[in-house]
Amino acid sequence: MQRTILHIDINGCYASIECLHNPIIRNKPVAVGGDVKARHGIILAKNEYAKKFGIKTGEALWQAKQKCPQLVIVPPNYDLYLRFSRLTRQIYEKYTDRIEPFGLDEAWLDVSGSQCDLADGEKLADEIRRRIKFELGITVSVGVSYNKVFAKLGSDYKKPDAVTVFSQDNFRQKVWPLPVEQLLYVGRATGRKLTAYGVYTIGQLAQTDLQILKNRFGKWGVMLYRFANGQDHSAVACVGNEAVIKSIGNSTTTPRDLYNEQDAKIVFYMLAESVAERLREAGFRARTVQIGLRDRELHSFERQLKLNSSTCLAAELHKAAMHLLQANYNWSIPLRSIGLRACDLIPATEPKPFNLFIDGPQNDKQESLEKTVDEIRRRFGHYAICRAVTKSDKTLKNINPKDEHVIHPVGLSL
Amino acid sequence: MSNTNKVYVAVKACFETDGQLKPYAVIWEDGHEFLIDRVLSVCRAASLKAGGAGVRYTVRIGSRETYLFLEENRWFVERK
Repeated sequence: MQRTILHIDINGCYASIECLHNPIIRNKPVAVGGDVKARHGIILAKNEYAKKFGIKTGEALWQAKQKCPQLVIVPPNYDLYLRFSRLTRQIYEKYTDRIEPFGLDEAWLDVSGSQCDLADGEKLADEIRRRIKFELGITVSVGVSYNKVFAKLGSDYKKPDAVTVFSQDNFRQKVWPLPVEQLLYVGRATGRKLTAYGVYTIGQLAQTDLQILKNRFGKWGVMLYRFANGQDHSAVACVGNEAVIKSIGNSTTTPRDLYNEQDAKIVFYMLAESVAERLREAGFRARTVQIGLRDRELHSFERQLKLNSSTCLAAELHKAAMHLLQANYNWSIPLRSIGLRACDLIPATEPKPFNLFIDGPQNDKQESLEKTVDEIRRRFGHYAICRAVTKSDKTLKNINPKDEHVIHPVGLSL
Repeated sequence: MSNTNKVYVAVKACFETDGQLKPYAVIWEDGHEFLIDRVLSVCRAASLKAGGAGVRYTVRIGSRETYLFLEENRWFVERK
């Protein structure tokens, strides 16, 4: 049976929500940007007016201002965006229970019922588009197709406030002329490689010899070939509001560069506390710790370490992070941002294996101590209690990674 | 660039036995109280004029019809 899948994308999500709430800026070029003073100075989203000036997501605020001096930059308001993400989902739930969010502003909906073909899918898409516009005051673009990959292409095809259908009859005329970079999973690097082979469009990719793609790109080549030919059979995963958690991590661009181990120690403590708190909240323990480092010249890399036993303690995550840092970084260039991630998660309810080299009672004490700190913070705020080491540096102490963190669900399961 | 079209107001309302929330009176910025004669309709809607989205109550106050919005836990009206 042919499926009917919608991919819904909120147009310029953050910027649209800001414009809805402030009618005065609605007809001006608007961008949502990180805090310049805290050095998160990049464009996170822009509205249609700003797009006309060539403002791009991810570019520095000063670059954007150069392109468009009258650009209105507003700081992000994640609570508000989460609310709208939740409200759109409530609307989707009126139509299907098969909803797979992809970030805060995108989702796939599987609406294939016994009677729902693509034409019905188009009607549904239009109804959802109109409802979101009326009820939430923002616009979406919707792609309707028989697979997820083409549905996503469809929501990009015509925007804002539009519906596009890619069927088995029209995809050769409509999808194949599109640039190959628009295909899901063709990033900048793969795009460059493909163009080097003379593959510029999705159609050219679809007609490339499979063996050549296999030799050059391995199993990814096979996957991209299938995608380009509309042979994507992956299901729309029923993901709840809480995405399936595979890892829990935090990273931060620090208010100033980090020059030495002491600086990194402070920030890693804050990150470790936030990650540990979230691990406990979600009921997990981690068996692997990963750090991500990015230096002032924007080179970045990650390293990971498998722990001897699972943990949900900030102290242990921090120890592992510092161990990884010492083994892998020589401080020739100061660091601009660092991250810490707990992966390889197991449920906290799983019994801990007996370990001769770990002081069990001491560990339990530490856990109850950290839980108490969680509780104090929950009741009196994040800054009510903190480690003394984080007080030793004025510029670094005001990071609150837990509350500033937003979970972007990893919904795509292919 | 603050938004002056959105006026947050205090509202006297009642949770009915069936769980519905019914507004009875709006208290304007200056303290003046306006009794709601009738709730004409209730739906989810955005207010482009005031800038916001929530549950929209179309209400009659005297001879005038107006919108009253419940946005999460705050009520607002559109400035005329």
